[in-house]
Amino acid sequence: MNPPFSVVFLTTFIGMAQGCFLALFGEQLREQFSTAPASGNLLSYGAMVVLLLLIAGLAASFFHLGHPERAWRAATMWRTSWLSREVIALPIFMCVVLIYATLSFFPVFNPDVSFNLLAAKSSLIIGVAGGVSLLLILICLGMVYLSIKILQQWRTHLPIVNFVLVSCVTGFVLAVGFYILLALVPTLRHVVDLDGVPIHWSLIVGLAGVFSLFLLFVCTGMIYACLKFLQQWHTPFTLANFILLGCSSGFMLATTLGAWLAPQTTHFFMTSTLILTIVAGIVRSASLLRNKGLVPKSTLQSAIGVKNPKIVQKSSGAMAPTFNRHQFNHGKTRLFIRSIKWIFLALVFVLPIVLLIVQLLTQVDLTLMLVTLLIQYLGLIAERWYFFADANHPQNIYYQVIC
Amino acid sequence: MSKKQLALAIDLNVCVGCSACVTSCKQWNTSGSAGAMADQNPYDADPSGTFFNRVQTFEVGSFPNTEVVHFPKSCMHCENPPCVPVCPTGASYKRAEDGIVLVDYDKCIGCNYCSWACPWGARELDEFKKVMTKCTLCVDRIYDESLDERDRKPACVLSCPTGARIFGDIKDPASDIAQAIDSRNGYQLMPEWETNPANHYLPRDNKNFDQHANADKSKDEEQK
Amino acid sequence: MAATSSTSSSNDKIEVKTTTCYMCACRCGIRVHLKNDQIRFIQGNPDHPLNQGILCAKGSAGIMKQYSPARLSQPMLRKAGATRGEGDFEAISWEQAFQILTERLANIRATDPKKLALFTGRDQMQALTGLFAQQFGTPNYAAHGGFCSVNMAAGMIYSLGGSFWEFGGPDLERAKLFVMIGTAEDHHSNPLKKELSKFKRNGGKFISINPIRTGYSAIADEWLAIKPASDAALLLALIHQLIKIEGFDLQSVVQYSNAAQLVYLDREDELDGLFVRSNLESSANAKLQWWDSQNNCVVDAHTQAVTPALFGEYKLADGSRVKPAFQLLSERVSECTPEWAELQTGIEALQIVQLAAEMAEVVKSGQIELPIAWTDVWGNQHKSVKGAPIAFHSMRGLAAHSNGFQTIRALSILMILLGTIDSPGGFRHKAPYPKNIKHLPKPPKTTADFQPNTPLKGSPLGWPCTPEDLFVTDDGAPVRIDKAFSWEYPLAVHGLMHNVITNAWRGDPYPIDTLFIFMSNLAWNSSMNPQKVREMLQDQDAAGEYKIPFIVVCDAFSSETVQFADLVLPDTTYLERHDVMSMLDRPISEYDGPVDSVRVPILPVKDGCKPFQDVVVELASRLKLPKFTNDDGTRKFKNYPDFVINYETAPDSGVGFLSGWRGKDGTKSLKGEPNPKQWEMYAANNCFHHHVMPKEHQYMRNFNRGYQEWAVEMGFLTQVEPLTLAIYCEDLQHFKLAAEGKREGRQPPDALRERIKTYFDPLPFYYRPLEENLSDLNKFPLNAVTQRPMAMYHSWDSQNAWLRQIHAHNYLYINAQTAEAAGIADEDWIWVESMHGKIRCMCKLSEAVEPGTVWSWNAIGKASGAWGLSNDSNESQKGFLLNHLIAEELPAHGEFKHLSNSDPVTGQAGWYDVRVRIYKAEASEEQQTLPQFSPAKPYPGMKKSRPKWLTYFAGKGAK
Ligand SMILES: Nc1nc2c(c(=O)[nH]1)N[C@H]1C(S)=C(S)[C@@H](COP(=O)(O)OP(=O)(O)OC[C@H]3O[C@@H](n4cnc5c(=O)[nH]c(N)nc54)[C@H](O)[C@@H]3O)O[C@H]1N2
Ligand SMILES: Nc1nc2c(c(=O)[nH]1)N[C@H]1C(S)=C(S)[C@@H](COP(=O)(O)OP(=O)(O)OC[C@H]3O[C@@H](n4cnc5c(=O)[nH]c(N)nc54)[C@H](O)[C@@H]3O)O[C@H]1N2
Ligand code: SF4
Ligand code: SF4
Ligand code: SF4
Ligand code: SF4
Ligand code: SF4
Ligand SMILES: [Mo]
Repeated sequence: MNPPFSVVFLTTFIGMAQGCFLALFGEQLREQFSTAPASGNLLSYGAMVVLLLLIAGLAASFFHLGHPERAWRAATMWRTSWLSREVIALPIFMCVVLIYATLSFFPVFNPDVSFNLLAAKSSLIIGVAGGVSLLLILICLGMVYLSIKILQQWRTHLPIVNFVLVSCVTGFVLAVGFYILLALVPTLRHVVDLDGVPIHWSLIVGLAGVFSLFLLFVCTGMIYACLKFLQQWHTPFTLANFILLGCSSGFMLATTLGAWLAPQTTHFFMTSTLILTIVAGIVRSASLLRNKGLVPKSTLQSAIGVKNPKIVQKSSGAMAPTFNRHQFNHGKTRLFIRSIKWIFLALVFVLPIVLLIVQLLTQVDLTLMLVTLLIQYLGLIAERWYFFADANHPQNIYYQVIC
Repeated sequence: MSKKQLALAIDLNVCVGCSACVTSCKQWNTSGSAGAMADQNPYDADPSGTFFNRVQTFEVGSFPNTEVVHFPKSCMHCENPPCVPVCPTGASYKRAEDGIVLVDYDKCIGCNYCSWACPWGARELDEFKKVMTKCTLCVDRIYDESLDERDRKPACVLSCPTGARIFGDIKDPASDIAQAIDSRNGYQLMPEWETNPANHYLPRDNKNFDQHANADKSKDEEQK
Repeated sequence: MAATSSTSSSNDKIEVKTTTCYMCACRCGIRVHLKNDQIRFIQGNPDHPLNQGILCAKGSAGIMKQYSPARLSQPMLRKAGATRGEGDFEAISWEQAFQILTERLANIRATDPKKLALFTGRDQMQALTGLFAQQFGTPNYAAHGGFCSVNMAAGMIYSLGGSFWEFGGPDLERAKLFVMIGTAEDHHSNPLKKELSKFKRNGGKFISINPIRTGYSAIADEWLAIKPASDAALLLALIHQLIKIEGFDLQSVVQYSNAAQLVYLDREDELDGLFVRSNLESSANAKLQWWDSQNNCVVDAHTQAVTPALFGEYKLADGSRVKPAFQLLSERVSECTPEWAELQTGIEALQIVQLAAEMAEVVKSGQIELPIAWTDVWGNQHKSVKGAPIAFHSMRGLAAHSNGFQTIRALSILMILLGTIDSPGGFRHKAPYPKNIKHLPKPPKTTADFQPNTPLKGSPLGWPCTPEDLFVTDDGAPVRIDKAFSWEYPLAVHGLMHNVITNAWRGDPYPIDTLFIFMSNLAWNSSMNPQKVREMLQDQDAAGEYKIPFIVVCDAFSSETVQFADLVLPDTTYLERHDVMSMLDRPISEYDGPVDSVRVPILPVKDGCKPFQDVVVELASRLKLPKFTNDDGTRKFKNYPDFVINYETAPDSGVGFLSGWRGKDGTKSLKGEPNPKQWEMYAANNCFHHHVMPKEHQYMRNFNRGYQEWAVEMGFLTQVEPLTLAIYCEDLQHFKLAAEGKREGRQPPDALRERIKTYFDPLPFYYRPLEENLSDLNKFPLNAVTQRPMAMYHSWDSQNAWLRQIHAHNYLYINAQTAEAAGIADEDWIWVESMHGKIRCMCKLSEAVEPGTVWSWNAIGKASGAWGLSNDSNESQKGFLLNHLIAEELPAHGEFKHLSNSDPVTGQAGWYDVRVRIYKAEASEEQQTLPQFSPAKPYPGMKKSRPKWLTYFAGKGAK
């Protein structure tokens, strides 16, 4: 495919936003349920940054459309189209973030709600179970579009990592959701023993945010993963990568914000970022390995229905680059593509990991964090570019030559 | 599966690659319900434009046992069209009554997503109108009662000098197209994607020519 | 579907009109759908006999021709003081244009009419332009046939009385075996495609003989990848095999060909090599002779119940040694074994043997017999027509070589041997053919045949049968500017358009005043060596006068040639004018009878354009040419449509340009008084007239009494007589005898004797093309040829916005192994060099071309800025013409300084004889084709800026 830059920016921006929101929410939880000191403006400023990123992503996405004025129509086919679902999920998430930001900015809107720690603890198990089952439901939904064959890929390619990762994060989130449910619904509260612990409304909104951001991750990933002709995309890795890279870059952003606004948070953020980046690196490398071994299912032989092993296209019926050439063909050399791969592996994973470790071992430095963030983001652009370029569309069999 | 499925069968045995189907399609559709089919740089370097149908050429084998295959390609009107469910706006749809896959230009937002979902590259974004376009099976000819009965066929079918393009309902066993597909071992392109393309190709009828046709078909059936 | 783009609203004006396509010379019937007076859709007319509803890629792109920004829109004169070729024009009025022309031409006509040279391209009004030239009195007229396919016309008409091309073709409806030789697309493009597919679907076997496999050849059951210019070897080997295995149709050969006619041998007088005739004193009663092998004596040919000898040598009573022509043929091919042919052609001997066997098998047991009774010219009644269903078709692959005439003779003989002439499943004639070469018009004979202010004696072109029919001065020098009908090219029946500019520039044989070019792009793709031609057009003598003083170009578009005109006449398009595809020219006849057709205006004439035919009638009237003028000196015809209605070939002949709806009320066919409503009647009848002959007239027309009687009445033939098929071509022998000094009468210049002796062989033979013998084959190991792309017509539609997306530039195709050996990879920039010049271009590797051949699509390359295209168009920057490698003259050799690069018999341009070598361009070189030319300027009336987008929607106007 020819990487559409609007989509590169869209996905990297919102991915980072999603990850960052998750990080912020994590911090909020940490503050809520531990003795960690409050982080001051971090949450409210952070939420604003998240919102700005989402707006930037949305704006970028409009450049991808031939008729942006009709964009609203794209929300109508949610029953069949992952793109349509994304179009719904993104504004939902944005709304939630907006509310979250507003609540964080104006503490007046944040009446305390009583909350019981014990109940939370006891419901953690139920929460995890609920999370896992919800995740399964999500996956099943995806399966409508993933063919049977994808299950085989589940079995062969690092499925456990993906599965565990995706379900743990989701389960964790859902568990928290469960607490809040308990906290909110008085009848439930009678079931378990409740100690009054004050929490903010923003925590509840944040939880909704987390839920919608994962929905968004799934939708975005599935837009690509559901296209079975694009074998490079048609894998759970696509989903895992979107989530992990979003989280890694989002946590990176949160770390940077933390270093700026609430230095006491950076250790938590940095450690999480490091772990996420390492995991993302492993998963992304695994997906690269998987794609390297792919055998194209469609061949010239199946494309024109002739069995002879030697077939060469002489004319594609057009003498100038047409839509079919520039939409699906990056027109870059193999060397260029390979360089991009190594560049993004270095920029997204290796360098940031090194820089994070250095800072963990020495001290956190805002400038260095900014540099790390920037490096990783540049790498992410390369990564997303590569993600598109790497996908070999079968239609290219018909458009090998300009003639 | 719909009761009726209109489609084309393209006879590679007689197609000489003349491109008559390419320009007749263009001229019919450019002033038809497809609107103008824009051409970019019409008189400058790198002229390109929207076409619903292109004829490609492949060389098969090595000299002197070379076969040259001229290969017209337009939308296959898949019975299980992957381009339709992915469309976020519903602009892409498959008609229940005759199986034609169409784009509603008024709904299309030009996101290109459906073209990613078509393994054949049968969809082309009109770069001027910024909407997705594709073969309409000349839906605005084939039902037009103001035309003579014999003219109610796609433009490319009417013009094709060798009669290599056979149009009709593949679900009607009595139709020319169904019989041609049956008797000539018509096959589908890239069956591996299981989209069940409605358009079929009739193989070269040449003993030197290692064709898909029979051998493969029976193998497939065995597997099932 | 979308509401915004709905097709029609109730107040749209919709009309459908029929006319005839002219996106190429095939002339299919079309229906033009108009919406609010703009073209909505051009559809093949299903009721038209030629295309029956189908339409090719070009035909469907007519809209883009009509609305092309490259259209010329007003007469233009080179600006005073501007250099010719720079394209500096000023617009003038038609009245000014007519005044300039009339004055100049009247002066030429009154002093030296040969100083007007009128040459036309692939027009279909040679009946009109020829008449104009003849009435004007210039001998210097011809159309494009000389550089196109005259070898095919002459080779077959001298052999069979008819030819492929427009006057005959393969009966694919009935054929079982079809052999196509050297054809990529041809003139009969749509019908041929239609028939070819029917043929294949009916189970026929299709064999293509061609160095390249594309287009038609792609769907051939068998491809014989022949080395260029070696077909004669293959054909002679097939003849050899057929004789060897007695696989020919003996009965038909004896009855219909001159195979059994006796030929004098080894005589020192003017009878040497001629047929033996019984009564030499009176040629009218002279009877050709057979050898009666039962009674061992000579008998008159076609004596009933005699079985003539085909083989052996005999002695006549007067002691003359004689042999049947067939014996001579078998001697000629005795060495032409399949093994020998394999060496020449690259086709395996075994394949040749098999092919001959396959043909013999059809002759023996596959004959078709149709229950159609007919009577032959000798009075024998036949209950049926019979034939071996083996059809051939061939075109420029044979024609465009300097050995083409003799190769096509060999092909004709092969067809005769198989008994497939005008028989079911074989070769079929189309009216007005077959013709007897003897009775076809002859060219003028001497300089006395043209005089000031007098029509030319005879027609400018004709069919010489003896040296006396040549058009030469008393010392045997050429009279015509193109040297046609001179000893250099005696049978140049279509002229030599490819030498006109060079000869006129050199003043050889004499300088001319005005070169009038209609519908041909002579400064580009129809010239060999266009680079030099462009220089010659601009060249001035010491006094600063242009060597060709005045150049008039009539074109519809801003072609490369328009740039070099002094006066430009903007023509209409085919949708704006009346045209006639006349029985007097090249009609669209079918096997079953004569068909002619017309074009009628569908759209109003654009701006200041004028149909060229009207221009001709106007000029002829102003010049008071006799046939265009009443006795009282007033003009006879208002305009061209009026001319077509009222003109008769001779007073009250009842024969005019159109054969349909003649007679006062339009009830007569072929012959009859003028009908004032003739155009309307054509228009109401799909623009054609088809006279279907009775079945018994549809076959064996060379010998069909019924047909011939009718044809005589209609003026197609002059008398009923056997049109004997020429295995042995006696006409050629007359020229050979002259060259050998055995014959009285006109003698060739001594320098040319050897040439005539060699090439005017009454039996075909194989020789390598002339240029090849003068080439260093080690240095230039490859043949280079072109092919017609199906979706483009020469430079004709270069400006077509849709077609140029299919062919925006061309490549040189090279066999992959050949390329590899030269270190060349796919899409490399390479140099292609011949002994005449070199070009830089891009290449493509291919498995579908014979290793010794490279090729490209013809006429895709354009000069920068021409055709309303941008200066950096792909056509000019990546496209190229092979023509730059080809010379119009052979390299000087011996006494010959300026021999045309043509067939020595017919003057057919040897386009495909050139030898080349290829090598990779340096990496540092620019990625642009060479040669390049400084861009043409936009002309008055042409839009200066080109639209970035074209969004044509009929009825709403092009945006
Ligand atoms: N290398 C190579 N060169 C070749 C050949 C080849 O095989 N190889 N083939 C040769 C042969 S066979 C031929 S016939 C020639 C053809 O070559 P040309 O005779 O030069 O034919 P075209 O290029 O079609 O140019 C015809 C001109 O007619 C103009 N024209 C089109 N329509 C009209 C009209 O309605 N009215 C008027 N007045 N003008 C019009 C076009 O604009 C164009 O300028 O090329 C020859 N050149
Ligand atoms: N679409 C389209 N149609 C056209 C034209 C056009 O420009 N475009 N031009 C028209 C004109 S003016 C003409 S004259 C006709 C010409 O019609 P064609 O005769 O079909 O013309 P070419 O394309 O020159 O084809 C010559 C073929 O001969 C082959 N060949 C070359 N040398 C040899 C040889 O030595 N032996 C054999 N066996 N084959 C050989 C070439 O590979 C090529 O396939 O087409 C007419 N029809
Ligand atoms: S019009 Fe017919 S013969 Fe020509 S390319 Fe199209 S399908 Fe083939
Ligand atoms: S060929 Fe492509 S565009 Fe046409 S129905 Fe099938 S998937 Fe859709
Ligand atoms: S480009 Fe148009 S038709 Fe295609 S998916 Fe997008 S909205 Fe639907
Ligand atoms: S059916 Fe109509 S729209 Fe489709 S390729 Fe043919 S002409 Fe074009
Ligand atoms: S062959 Fe094509 S261009 Fe030529 S007359 Fe017929 S439709 Fe027109
Ligand atoms: Mo020609």
